[in-house]
Amino acid sequence: MAKEEPLLILKDVSKIYKGGNAAISNINLTINKGDFICLIGTSGSGKTTTMRTLNRMIEPTSGEIIYKGQNIHKIDPVKLRKKIGYVIQNIGLIPHMNIYENVTIVPKLLKWPENKKQAKARELIKLVELPENFLERYPAELSGGQQQRIGVIRALAADQDLILMDEPFGALDPITREGLQELVKSLQEDLKKTIVFVTHDMDEALKLATNIVVMDEGKIVQAASPQELLRHPANEFVRKLIGEERMLQARADVTTAAQIMLKDPVSITLGRSLRSAIQLMRERRVDTLLVTDDEDHLKGYIDLESLALDSSNRRATSVSDILNTKIFRITTTTLIRNSADRILKQGLKYVPVVDQNNKLCGIVTRSALVDMVYDIIWGEKNDTAAPTSPALKQGGAQDA
Amino acid sequence: MLDFLNEYGSQLIFKTWEQFYTSALALFFGIAVAVPLGVLLTRAPRTAKIVIGIAGMLQTVPSLALLALMIPLFGIGKLPAIVALFIYSLLPILRNTYIGMEKVDPQLKDSVKGMGMTNLQSIRHVEIPIAMPVIMAGIRLSAVYVISWATLASYIGGGGLGDLIFNGLNLFQPDLIIGGTIPVAIMAIVVDFSLGKLEKTLTPINQRT
Ligand SMILES: Nc1ncnc2c1ncn2[C@@H]1O[C@H](COP(=O)(O)OP(=O)(O)OP(=O)(O)O)[C@@H](O)[C@H]1O
Ligand SMILES: [Mg+2]
Repeated sequence: MAKEEPLLILKDVSKIYKGGNAAISNINLTINKGDFICLIGTSGSGKTTTMRTLNRMIEPTSGEIIYKGQNIHKIDPVKLRKKIGYVIQNIGLIPHMNIYENVTIVPKLLKWPENKKQAKARELIKLVELPENFLERYPAELSGGQQQRIGVIRALAADQDLILMDEPFGALDPITREGLQELVKSLQEDLKKTIVFVTHDMDEALKLATNIVVMDEGKIVQAASPQELLRHPANEFVRKLIGEERMLQARADVTTAAQIMLKDPVSITLGRSLRSAIQLMRERRVDTLLVTDDEDHLKGYIDLESLALDSSNRRATSVSDILNTKIFRITTTTLIRNSADRILKQGLKYVPVVDQNNKLCGIVTRSALVDMVYDIIWGEKNDTAAPTSPALKQGGAQDA
Repeated sequence: MLDFLNEYGSQLIFKTWEQFYTSALALFFGIAVAVPLGVLLTRAPRTAKIVIGIAGMLQTVPSLALLALMIPLFGIGKLPAIVALFIYSLLPILRNTYIGMEKVDPQLKDSVKGMGMTNLQSIRHVEIPIAMPVIMAGIRLSAVYVISWATLASYIGGGGLGDLIFNGLNLFQPDLIIGGTIPVAIMAIVVDFSLGKLEKTLTPINQRT
């Protein structure tokens, strides 16, 4: 696929206010068409400032911004802003205009004919699943969530392909927010809009973004895909921002059994004698043995208890006689997320891992899980557990 | 009562009319200057303090003194009266316009600017409609002031119902004083009421209280 020209390129963009206070300094960022960029960081880290340079609501002190190959400094700000959707936290619906007038503000500024405006308004109101007669209502007659839906579609009314959103859902309750998050995600995925989204909610960023840009004190600390960010947080700041719990969860989300299992588990074949089984247990200092057939297919396990039970009457002679076939097993592709709970809660010492053909491949031990948790929390780099993926350049495109 | 109307009826109507249009002209110019100025001042907050301060000072000049001050500049007659009343009408309109425009949610202004409205479009389509009730309150206040103070215009030959009232005072004729005062009061009430009506039509539906 031919590489498309980036939609936006920020080159060394800085904004220094009077008194030498740098709101942002040397921001470099490339935004491709269809990206969902989340700017995240602590309060005052320069997220809003960065976003507002894109539609010239803030003029950078230095650096340049290229929009569709053109330096935005050379584009008339009023013209530029009509091409870029803008949604803010306080929604900004105009109280004395009805929803129709609100939605069609930019088309009106662009002097669209009435019928085209009407059609657009109807199309958009349908998009957010509100009844058409809402167009005649006034903003005060809508709930906060409904108002913000209108705020979002208003930013699309003139077919803007880039939309800037500054904490648009900060003031909404979690359920309403979720609905709106789905809406904006679908705008990006289905309508191929490019979205630059400021938030300080990491869950929101992880859920929506294709690229997360972490900012601190006016600088970009890390720009990466959500997966990449979770796996390889650039530093302590990012790690803190993500939160240990989330990283643990995320790590488990993507780690498969194959990645953390111990290979060559202690096992014995069905036909062997009990005597040799006991000997093996003694040698390897284990109290259970996995049992396979001659082709390595997992059949079950034997443990010390059943051996001891049998020792009184000594009827059993081979492993198959005391075989316990009820065994919880996972496959190599099982995500640890889905089994960690069971392993930890049921107090299992380990779980056998088999491939699709039920061939024994290894075991996931309790201690491997503990190691994983430890790695995530203390950030040891020498883990073999973390799956690797092509690193994402700062602001680069997401790996396809 | 009837005698009074017989004797002064036509004069009463004429003087009322005179007072009305003197006030109306002063108010008209007051609006024409103070509203745009008030809007403009919201774009220059530092100048705003100074200008509103000056307008406030003008307001404190006693009305008779202000009228007297007009004579060396404009002589006597209607013109100096209208100019003086115009100056008086400025402050309430100016201050209310400024306050009304100032209290428009800055986030709202930011959002319409971000959508590509020019300054002028934002003022016309967003800010003035929202500020309208406050601006109108200033205009109504000015209207009532101007109508009642227009009575004093008679001192410098501006005519109006003041002529009747001051005649009455000079000649110790209470019926003239009352006959001149009542129309002033009625005019003030009627104008205030009509402006109230106008305010309703000018104020966007959702701004009405
Ligand atoms: N007009 C201004 N004059 C001076 N300093 C400013 C101005 N606007 C912003 N700043 C400073 O620039 C820095 C970045 O501000 P910005 O609004 O971009 O932060 P933010 O990341 O959006 O924070 P928040 O999460 O609180 O919205 C802050 O330290 C802020 O104080
Ligand atoms: Mg902000």
